Amino acid sequence: MTHKILVVDDEPDLEPLVLQRMRRQIRRGQYEFVFAQNGVEALERLEADATIDMVVSDINMPRMDGLTLLDQIPNVSPDIRAIIVSAYGDMENIRTAMNRGAFDFVTKPVDFDDLQITIDRTLAHIEEWREALSTRDKLVALQNELDVASKMQQSILPTAFPSGDAYHTFGTMEPARNVGGDFFDLIRLEDGRVGLAIADVSDKGVPAALFMMSSRTLLKGSAIGLGQPGQVLTEVNNLLNEDDTTGMFVTMLYAVYDPKTSVLTYASGGHDPPLVVHADGSSELKELTGGIALGVLGGFEYRQESFELAPGDTVCLYTDGVTEATNEQGELMGIEGIQALFGESPPGNAEQSCMAMMTRVLEFTGEAPQHDDITCLTLRRE
Amino acid sequence: MAISAEREGGTVVAKAEGRIDGSNASDFQADLQAVIEESDQALILNFESVSYISSAGLRVLLLTAKTLEGNGAKLALCSLSEPIREVFRISGFDNIIPIHDSQAEAAAAIGG
Repeated sequence: MTHKILVVDDEPDLEPLVLQRMRRQIRRGQYEFVFAQNGVEALERLEADATIDMVVSDINMPRMDGLTLLDQIPNVSPDIRAIIVSAYGDMENIRTAMNRGAFDFVTKPVDFDDLQITIDRTLAHIEEWREALSTRDKLVALQNELDVASKMQQSILPTAFPSGDAYHTFGTMEPARNVGGDFFDLIRLEDGRVGLAIADVSDKGVPAALFMMSSRTLLKGSAIGLGQPGQVLTEVNNLLNEDDTTGMFVTMLYAVYDPKTSVLTYASGGHDPPLVVHADGSSELKELTGGIALGVLGGFEYRQESFELAPGDTVCLYTDGVTEATNEQGELMGIEGIQALFGESPPGNAEQSCMAMMTRVLEFTGEAPQHDDITCLTLRRE
Repeated sequence: MAISAEREGGTVVAKAEGRIDGSNASDFQADLQAVIEESDQALILNFESVSYISSAGLRVLLLTAKTLEGNGAKLALCSLSEPIREVFRISGFDNIIPIHDSQAEAAAAIGG
C-alpha cells in the first residue's frame, strides 16, 4: 500500500533531494511524495487531496509557518499526523510543535535514515489510530482496544541500536498479553553521546498508550534540547503535569553515555536503578537518585549520578517485569536472579547479554502467567 | 484483593489484602471510594496483608490521595512488608504518601 506524504518547505533544493534519497521507497511503491512551499499551499493541497496520509513540515516559511500550519491541519484533515523539521536543540519550537499536536520531529541537517524511520513510525501510528477509531465506532470488546494499544506500543520502539567503536547498545521487550506500559528509546545526541531511556506507564489501554507516546516524544525533545538527565526528567515531569487529571504516571530512567570519557550519567524518576555487570560476571546495583515517578508531582527537581565504565562493563536497564517476574511457586525473581545469571556466565556483547536476561526471566516464569511487560536494555563498553 | 474498613472518629482505617494489580485496580479504587466519606479527616491504609502492588495499584493510591487532599483530609500507609516498602522507595511514592511502621504510629502522626 502506497502512503502519500506531503513535504512542506520553502527550500527549493529539498524536493529533488527527497526524491533522490527516497527513490528506493518510491520505486517500491511504499511512499509517494507531494510538495508545498509554505503553510498556505500545504492547506490547499490537503483540502484538494483527501488521500494524503501525513505531513513533514519545516518551521520557518513565508506566508504561513509550520507552527501555524499545525494549528490549522485539524480543521482540514483531523486524522492526519505531522512531523516537524526543526533546528538541532531548538527546544522552544519543538515544544510548541508537540503542544500543537505534532507527532514527532527530526532535526536539521536532515538525516534521511532517521527521517525514514520516523516516517514509518508515524505511518504505523496512523494505521493504529484509524483502527482504534473504527474499533470505537463499532464498540468492539475491550480486548480489541488492548490489541490496538499494544500495536501502538510496538510502533514506538526503536528498530536501530546506536553503536560506536567503543560501545554497543541493544534493547528488547516481551509484551504481556493484556497489561502493557513499557517502552524504551535510544537517542543519538551531539558529540557522539547517546541517550538511553526505559520506562513503564502505570496503566493499560488506548489512553495509556497515548500517554506513553507523549512521554516518549517529550523525552526525546528534552533529551536533544537539554542533555543533562536530571534536567531532562525535571522538564518532562513538568510538561506531563501541565494537563494531568488522569492520575497516570510513568516511571522512567534516563541515562546519557559519553564514549569519549566512558562516563554514564543517569537520573531515575521512580524507576529501578541501573545494574552494572563487569567482564568477569560480578555486578553491582547503582544507587537510586531519589526521584519520584513522572506525572505525579509538578516542580520536582530530579537529581543525577555518574560513574565510569571500565572496558567490558555492561550497563543493564530493566523494568519491574524483570525484578517482579514470578514463578509457578509464586516466588519473585528479583534483580538477584539477573546477578546470578551473569555470575554463572559472564556477559557477551550487548545483544547477547540483553537476550540472556530476557531468556532468564522467561525460564524463571515458566508456565506462570506473565503479569507485566518485560523490557531489557543494555550498553556495553568494548 | 479484599478491603475491610472500620471508623474511629474522623479516621477510617482500611485493611487491604492480597495482590493489587492491573486486573483488580479498578475494584480497589471503587472499594476505597466507598469507604471514604466527605467528612472524614484521615484514611489510614493498613498494608500488612498486601502481598504485591503494581503501578496500576499505585495510581489508585495517587488518585485517592488527590481526592482526600481535595476534601482537606490526609492519607497514610502503615505496616508494609519489606518488598512493598521497596516498591514505594523505588517509585518515589514515599515522597508524597507518609509511610509508618505500625498502625499506632500512623494514627499518632495523623492526629487520629
